This record gives sequence, structure tokens and C-alpha cells, in this order.
Amino acid sequence: MSEGIGARVLRKEDKRFITGSGKYTDDVRNENQCYAAFVRSPHAHAKVKGIDKSAAEAMAGVEAVLDGHQLTGDGIGNIICGWAVNSKDGSPMNMGAWSALATEYVRYVGDAVAVVIADSPANARTAAEAVDVDYEVLEAVVTADKALADGAPQIHPEAPNNLIFDWEIGEKEPTEAAIAGAAYVCEMDITNNRVAPNPMEPRSAVAAYDPSEEHYTLYTTSQNPHVARLVLSAFYQVAPEHKLRVIAPDVGGGFGAKIYIYPEEIVCLWASMKTKRSVKWTADRTEAFLTDAHGRDHITTAKMGFDANNKIVGFQVDTIANLGAYMSLFSSSVPTYLYATLLSGQYNIANVHCNVRTVYTNTTPVDAYRGAGRPEACYLIERMMETAARELGVDPAELRRTNFITEFPHQTPVIMAYDSGDFGANLDAAMAAADWKGFEARRAEAASRGKLRGIGMSAYIEACGIAPSAAVGSLGAGVGLWESAEVRVNPVGTIEILTGSHSHGQGHETTFSQLISDRFGLPSDNVQVVHGDTDKVQFGMGTYGSRSGAVGMSAIVKALDKVEAKAKKIAAHMLEADEGDIVIENGEVKVAGTDKTLGWHEVCLGAYTAHNLPEGMEPGLKEGAFYDPANFTFPAGNYICEVEVDPETGTTEIIQFVASDDFGTIINPMIVEGQVHGGIAQGVGQALLEQAVYDDSGQLLTGSYMDYTMPRADDLPSYQVSHETTVCPGNPLGIKGCGEAGAIGSPPAVINAITDAIGNNNLSMPATPSKVWQAIQETAAKQAAE
Amino acid sequence: MASVSMNVNGKTVSGDVEDRTLLVQFIRENLRLTGTHVGCDTSQCGACVVHVDGKAVKSCTMLAAQADGCDVTTIEGLANGELHPMQTAFKENHGLQCGFCTPGMIMAATDMVNRLGKDLDEATIRSELEGNICRCTGYHNIVKSIQDGASKM
Repeated sequence: MSEGIGARVLRKEDKRFITGSGKYTDDVRNENQCYAAFVRSPHAHAKVKGIDKSAAEAMAGVEAVLDGHQLTGDGIGNIICGWAVNSKDGSPMNMGAWSALATEYVRYVGDAVAVVIADSPANARTAAEAVDVDYEVLEAVVTADKALADGAPQIHPEAPNNLIFDWEIGEKEPTEAAIAGAAYVCEMDITNNRVAPNPMEPRSAVAAYDPSEEHYTLYTTSQNPHVARLVLSAFYQVAPEHKLRVIAPDVGGGFGAKIYIYPEEIVCLWASMKTKRSVKWTADRTEAFLTDAHGRDHITTAKMGFDANNKIVGFQVDTIANLGAYMSLFSSSVPTYLYATLLSGQYNIANVHCNVRTVYTNTTPVDAYRGAGRPEACYLIERMMETAARELGVDPAELRRTNFITEFPHQTPVIMAYDSGDFGANLDAAMAAADWKGFEARRAEAASRGKLRGIGMSAYIEACGIAPSAAVGSLGAGVGLWESAEVRVNPVGTIEILTGSHSHGQGHETTFSQLISDRFGLPSDNVQVVHGDTDKVQFGMGTYGSRSGAVGMSAIVKALDKVEAKAKKIAAHMLEADEGDIVIENGEVKVAGTDKTLGWHEVCLGAYTAHNLPEGMEPGLKEGAFYDPANFTFPAGNYICEVEVDPETGTTEIIQFVASDDFGTIINPMIVEGQVHGGIAQGVGQALLEQAVYDDSGQLLTGSYMDYTMPRADDLPSYQVSHETTVCPGNPLGIKGCGEAGAIGSPPAVINAITDAIGNNNLSMPATPSKVWQAIQETAAKQAAE
Repeated sequence: MASVSMNVNGKTVSGDVEDRTLLVQFIRENLRLTGTHVGCDTSQCGACVVHVDGKAVKSCTMLAAQADGCDVTTIEGLANGELHPMQTAFKENHGLQCGFCTPGMIMAATDMVNRLGKDLDEATIRSELEGNICRCTGYHNIVKSIQDGASKM
């Protein structure tokens, strides 16, 4: 069976996971292991007047109790946001100081003020509870709109009125004029609900300082260990980069939450140096809810104008984004360059303008969560398209088709240059798979059973493989967004791929090996993928933004090109043939049109014995490459959701969910389908079940799985997933990326289906039974009044 | 402190533990069987499911002392040969991604078959998975895996 590109190869990494042999960070235990427990603020906003550590220090097993004054006294730097976004008046963003352990003020429930290091997790936790912090409680503000209001509590002195920046994109006046002259204007207020990412593995860090070498080793639950090392050393001064090894071993899901460098990693490294012990911290689930960066949380008002032919003439958007109590690593980029640049959707719109104000509140920091800005854009556009279709009295599919971009490349008014796509093909495929035409009969049948049946669609587009480095640099990114790879061919012909991408569920060990099988015809068992260790892989930018295929694998391809070229030179020399006549296939190296053949392993051994190499050639067969893309990639697709609502209870059941995606070239369809399934589940979770809820005092009411509704198996349907492919012209494999699509495209499809079922468009996420039931009553009351 | 002794994966093990030690802590920290995972603090996620005297138990919900004298099977001890049919089914149906919930899913799935038989329909499996949370797969392939694995047990 082929194991090359396009094959459904079963995953190499599965054996260790199904047998319980995976090695996650919390599974690491060093010789002199001790444990950290954080003393966290129970208040959303307070002045820290004093910390009495004496009782805790005297308790059993306690090694040390450390606070923020000691941390800053040792020169540990503040946590920063790595993407500088200026306000529209040119002023820099108002970033407040964030110390890994708070000294003067705490700004959200969970903000750490001290840490206890003890000989067991239980002793550390018990002692942490004995640390007596004297708080002067201050008024808190938790929602973005209230944070901007006059008289709101002020959270950071650097950010007057809690405003971080006031940014815009697109042309304001032409957009206003286009909307003013429109035949019809759709106006909506839309909230994108705050959610908690919830990878099943809680965050964890194990730090070990070796005093004799002045060297640190950190095991951590990271999606990007090299970025962690860079930031920890260059910005936080925890350790010099060459004296810090960061290992992200098996990581149990990320979804964005494990991109950032959090206070706990910094503190564990520092505490390890202070105590000369290995320090381990593993979050419990409530700590995860309190401290893992949340996602979404936008409040938006928007106007979409249409001409008499139902063509969109202008789209104007005003968004307030809640960034929480501190600016997390990429927080500024999410509601700007990852959101507003996608506001043209799949549509040909001449005028788009978006204004974004980002604000501080007394809540958990908000950053990228699966999709990151693009779900917020898609939800806005696709709810408005559906609403416009209903108000115009036209078929929602036809309204979309009327406005689709059909020629590529297409320059939108908001930076992006879409390179390829066939939106009509995705629409047609999804409608056929969903039996769109047969829906009215199904609705009638459901009505006969007393159920309200509805159907909704969503036409999404996203930008992945975030790049090129020079472009993101000009937009304020503090890092380049290329990827690196090294292909090491061993003397016996087996191969190691070292990659800067990081797998935390995506199956890279399998997919990346398929590139070797495809190129040389070697079995994928002969390939080992190495990742997640800064001592093994020289550098890499990690995995987020659906970039491992489009960027990470492109780097591998570039390295493979070099390996192939050198192998052919060696083989040509050994076989006394012309280099151009050498072909490598099925594990053999041949001279085309002859019976001259060498085994792949013979050529590899030849490279290392170096007995018979071309004149001047260096021995060995190992090549590296850095790949910096020329453009973003643009996965797109069409999702259709069909629901039944029980009018008595407001409960929504998803009857079918259809996805037609264009991901460009697909290396392993099995893995890609799995990514779509998981993404849809997270999107459905946001649409129906999930919300991080704070009370007015800033207490997180949804701090455990007893309160925060995670999607479970009986909340979800099976999915119908298919692909309509246009190849991405921007990278050597033609890949667009697939990791986030499901979470981007699904929420509007779900809500459009429910609002169709209940005949009331006044519905926000999560569409809980209570909210849906109330919306049904509103409809009934309106009908009664008429 | 309590002295506990139990049979884990066919071997008799014993140890002195603090009274507050949970079974999952005993398994992970004392026995160093780290395939059993902890994903929450409220007995909701099911990452820690093991079998105690043949029944699925969330090992974060039981004290180690309560398991004194019991037969405990963890993911490491499930297979009678190289792989249990349910383990194979999870691999063949792409029933896992990050792998963190997987041991608990597999232990819950085999218990499901033990209780309800090999012929499991989709609705039953989804309902029975109420106590196991996965964030990666959207459950689609987990349901397929369990159906497939059940038929081969």
C-alpha cells in the first residue's frame, strides 16, 4: 500500500498513546523533584498591601515561599505582548506591566502573588493556603463595553480608560458613502462569546537547574518550545538562551492555549534556580479555567449595504475586543490582523472598514483560540448574510453565490490577496450532501411531530500559514513566521526529520513521514520525526494557525530537495551515469532506461564511507532548510447544519452537519477529516454550550466541568465531511491548512439553523435551551400581537 | 498514613500512603503507571478511568485506601497480548489525536462492552460516553472505534 501523499496511513504515534506509554510533561519526574503551588488572588481587582509568608514557611515539607518582589529583585522581566499594534492616530499600544508574580496590584481572579515550593503537591498546596495576603479590594469591571465607560475602574496606569489601542483598517469615508447609498442595509449587533480552550491535558512545567553548569532544562506543555526558549531568555531574562533547554514532549492538545509563555513556566525556572531543586507544577482544571488564555469575547455593531441587485456595496464594522487583565503574547494581533483582514469573507466587496478598540478588564487574559479572529469574522459575516437573505426575501445560497469572488488572485480592501478557491464548488457540494432541496419536506415532517426544524449555512474563508515574515514584521509582529527543517539520512538509509513544527495531536509523525515515502518510496517505518526539543532541533516557530502543513512541511520539502540532489550526484558518480538520468523510486536509485540500480541504502552508505564521492564533495547526507512563505494560504469551504428544536424545552438537536472544505493538497485524508471533526465540535460547543461567565465582581462562575459545558458525545452528531480541492499556488505542496476550519465555519451555520427553525433572529451564542425557549416565546408573542 | 495492598495489572503491589491519597495518585506517583491521566478535579472528564474489580471507576474519585485488596486494571495492563481489540480499533479508526483522553476512553469502552454486549449502536455509545470528555476528535471517530472494537472483543 502506498504511504505517499494522499494515502490514509494509520498513525505511527498511536501505539504509545493507546498503551498508556505517552510521555506528557506531568509524567516527568526528576531525581530531586519538588512541587510548586501558586497563591492566587481570590479577588478580580485589589491592591496587595502585604504578604505574610511566615506560617507557610514553617509548614511540613516547605522548601521556599517566594513572592513577586524577590522575582523582580532577581531581574526577571515583565511578560510582554509580542505583536505591537498602533492606534489609528499612530500612538503605540498602551501595554500595562505584567509581572509573573504580582507585587502591587492583582487584576483578575487567579493572578498569582506568591509560590510555595514543597516536597509534595499536597504539602505545597496546603502551605499555599496558609500564605496570608492582605488585599484591599477594588471595584472590578469585566465586560469590554463597561470598561470603556466613564467612571469605570482603571486597571493599568499605562492605559487610560482601559483602552489599549483604537485601530482601524480599510477606507472609512468610501465605506460610509457606499452604505448610505445602498438599496438595503443589514444592521446587527453581534456578540462573540468568551470561551475557555480546555485542552484535556492541563498545563504543566518541570524545571531543573543544574548549578554546576548554570544550565536549565524545562519540560513544558508548549505548542512552540523554541519560541518559549527565545522569549524566556531574551525578554524575561530567566536564563541565557544557550543555557536553557526547552522540551515539549507529548502535549495533550493545545488549541492556542499552549502557545503563550505563562507566569508558571517563568516561576518554575526561577524557583528551581533559587532552591537548587527540580520544580514541577501541574495545573488543576480550575487553574486552567482561571489562567489559560481565553478566546473570542467581541462586541460588534455592523452594517452591510446591498445594491438593488443584491450585491454587497459596503461593510462597516465597529468592534470592541476584551483582552482581559494583561496583554498575552499574541493578544493584540487576534482582533486586528487575524480578524479584520478576513472581513471580506468569500465575497467581492469594494468597501470594507473596521474599527477595533481593545480594552483591559478584570478577567483572564484573552488570546488566540482555535481560529483566532477568523471565527469572529466568519460569525459576523455569515450571520449577516443569512439575515440579509431573509430580510431581502432571497435564497441564502443564491445571495452568497451572487456575491462570491470567482476570479483569483483577488485583492480585498483589507490587506488579503486570496490566491485560489472555488467557493461555488464548495457550496454546490455541501448543498448536495445536505439534500438542501429536500429540506422543506423534512421541515414539514418534523412539524408533524411537534418539532421545529431549521437549516443554516456558512461560507467561511480563513488565512493560514501566517506569513511572510517581512509582511508580519511590517504589521508589528515581534517574530518571523517561517519554519525550519532538517533531513538527516543515516548511513543505512533510514531517515530522521527534525522539524520546528510541534505535534500535540495533529499526527505530524505520520504525515511528515509520508513526504519521505512519496519522495523516495521508502516505508514510513524507516522514518523518525523529531520535534519538541530545543537541544535536538535547532530552531522553529511551532504549531498554531494551521501552519504545520503549509509552512512546516514546505521546509521539509526544501530540505528534501537538497538531499535528493546530493544523493543523485553521489549515485551518478557511483554508477558512472549522468546526474540528470538518475531517478529514485521504491527505495532504489536507478539510471533511467538502463538496468543499472543501487539500493537507496547503498547510496547513503556511500555518502558516509566517502570512499567514492565526486571530487570536492563533502561526506554525509544531511540537509537543512528554512522556509518563509510568500503569502498566507486561504482555506475555504461551506458548512450546512440542520437542527430540530423542541419548542417545549428549547433544546436543540443537530440532525446533520455537512462540511465541504477546500484545503488544497491533502497529505493524509484520515488525519485531515479528524481535524475537521474536532474543529466542528469546538465550533458547535461555542454555538450551543460554552461560555466563560463572570459575575459583576469578576468571579469566574464557570471554573470547572461542573459549570462550564464541554461538548460531550451525546451533544454532537456524526459529521459528513468532503473536499473540493483547488491547489494552493503559494507553496511547493499546494497545501492550505485544515486545523482551524471546523471551528471557524461551524458556529454561524448552527445559529443560522436555529434561528431558521424558531423564526427569531434575536439569538446569541451559546444558544442554550433557556435562550432558545425565550426566543420562541418572543416569536409567539409577536405573532399573537399581530 | 494508610498501608494499602492491591493487585494491579496482575501484580500485587503495596505501599504506605497518606490517607488523602487518591487511587489515581497512587497509580501515577507510587506505581509510576502514567498512562492513567488527570484531566479535571471534579470527576467529569474520565481521563483517569481504570477498572476496579472489573468495573470502570474514575480513579480520581476513589481513595487509594478504598482500593485496598482490589483488582485494578489500568491501560498498561489491558492487553492480553500486544494490543487489546479496543486499542487496535482506536488506532485503525483514528479514534485519538493528542492521546490524553484515550486511556480513559478505552477503559470506559471496554467496560461498556462488558456491561452491554458487543452490538452497540451509535446512540448507546454516545450516551454511555457521558462521563468521558475529548476535546480533539469531536467524538466521531471515537464512536466508530468503540463500535468496531466492541464487535471484535
